[in-house]
Amino acid sequence: MPVAVELRDVSFGYDRGHPVLEHVSLSVEAGEFVAIAGPNGGGKTTLMRLALGLERPTSGEIVLFGEQATRFSGRSSLGYLAQRSQLGVDAPATVREVVAAGRLASGGLLGPLRRRDRAIVADAIERVGLAESADVPLRRLSGGQQQRAFIAKALAAQPALLVLDEPTTGVDVEAQEAIAALLDRLHRELAVTVLYVSHEFGAVERFVERLVLVRGRIVFDGLPANLPSVWHDPSHLHA
Amino acid sequence: MLELEFMRLAFASGAIVGVLAPAVGFFLVQRQLSLVGDGIGHVAFAGVAAGYLLGLPPVLTALIASIGGAGAIEWLRARRHTAGDQALALVFYTGIAAGVVLISMAGALNVNLFSFLFGSILTTTRSDLALVAALGIAGLGTITLLYRALSAVALDEEGARVAGVPVAFLNVVLAVLAATTVAISMRIVGILLIAALMVLPVIAATRVARSMRSTFLLGIAIGLASVLGGLTAAYYADLPPGGTIVLIAAATFLATSAISMLRRG
Repeated sequence: MPVAVELRDVSFGYDRGHPVLEHVSLSVEAGEFVAIAGPNGGGKTTLMRLALGLERPTSGEIVLFGEQATRFSGRSSLGYLAQRSQLGVDAPATVREVVAAGRLASGGLLGPLRRRDRAIVADAIERVGLAESADVPLRRLSGGQQQRAFIAKALAAQPALLVLDEPTTGVDVEAQEAIAALLDRLHRELAVTVLYVSHEFGAVERFVERLVLVRGRIVFDGLPANLPSVWHDPSHLHA
Repeated sequence: MLELEFMRLAFASGAIVGVLAPAVGFFLVQRQLSLVGDGIGHVAFAGVAAGYLLGLPPVLTALIASIGGAGAIEWLRARRHTAGDQALALVFYTGIAAGVVLISMAGALNVNLFSFLFGSILTTTRSDLALVAALGIAGLGTITLLYRALSAVALDEEGARVAGVPVAFLNVVLAVLAATTVAISMRIVGILLIAALMVLPVIAATRVARSMRSTFLLGIAIGLASVLGGLTAAYYADLPPGGTIVLIAAATFLATSAISMLRRG
């Protein structure tokens, strides 16, 4: 399997003398579904930002589909769901308008969306089960449905890599389970590499092929079944 | 009323500003930067003062100062040197302080200055209209071309950045559009009220519209109606045009809020 993301002995700190990550090495193969978890402040979001080339490591090297992450030329094939607080969930946008925003990098900046791009947008909406709500304003939907709309936005990029930052924060446990099941289905149907970054990993624990726990460094990397019981997420009954 | 040339000029330049201001304000409101227009307006005041001091056209110096101020707010915000509201406060107060000092040095604390602060649309000349039309059409053309890109960044700036969208460039374009709007609208509604014409029609539209596009178009319609209605009311009731225009926009917000409440039962 080709490698989608690779961090080689990476260290990083926002301020000199206060490292957030130290000597992190991680390799994610194309097509894997990986949960990156850990406590708040443990460095998992920083790890994700480094992997996406949004930050430069203090030392070490980061490779994205064979290219240096900060100079990656295939950015339009990255699907990204930002933390809920950074999304315009209060904007008067419909689901279709939100998802269409995900075609911007691939479909071009100028003028209206072309027919082919509109078809891709409709397909992404269908895949997350929001076809009947496509023209409903986002703010009228539940938190879980809003997250589905933003997942569809990421899918509209037809991504080779789908990265989700805290996708279940702010939604109830039932919706968390539904989002996890949706991601599992999308991963299987589209053969897309998925990085699920969250402090709550209980919802996806039964779906992911690999769990990486980050606390300044990688403290666990393996099958969820091999995770020491004290580290399991108690908020989900199946865990 | 329209048999008078000064009213025809006022309506023509007012119509352009009435469309442009909410069209630009739409993106500022979606990005929770509603007060940026106010901040730029205060820098524009410093630009007007510099124009008087240097003997240059105040609209030109205000345009240059506005673009500089808008660029400073965006730079401070994007580099995260300060929080958004702190960046705005820094530029806001520096602009007004510079304006006060420069206007004092120029000895121009007079009626002309007041026409920029509170608007003086009834003194619009043909050359004023030509400038407003040229910059207004350029601004609206830019928004038409980049509507989808500016909307996408408003919805999810980080996601756009990850996908390789030139977010910094689009933010600069929006800052320049806001600065240009402020500069060409000074004579219509005044530096102190221009931000209101950028924001109030959009907020009013948000109460009843059901999509980004309908909010955008309804906001423009409300902005245009506020300007044309405000000018008409000001002419017949002998009221200050700038204030009347903004009060009509505010009244529209009350009306759309009432409609929204009635819809929800």
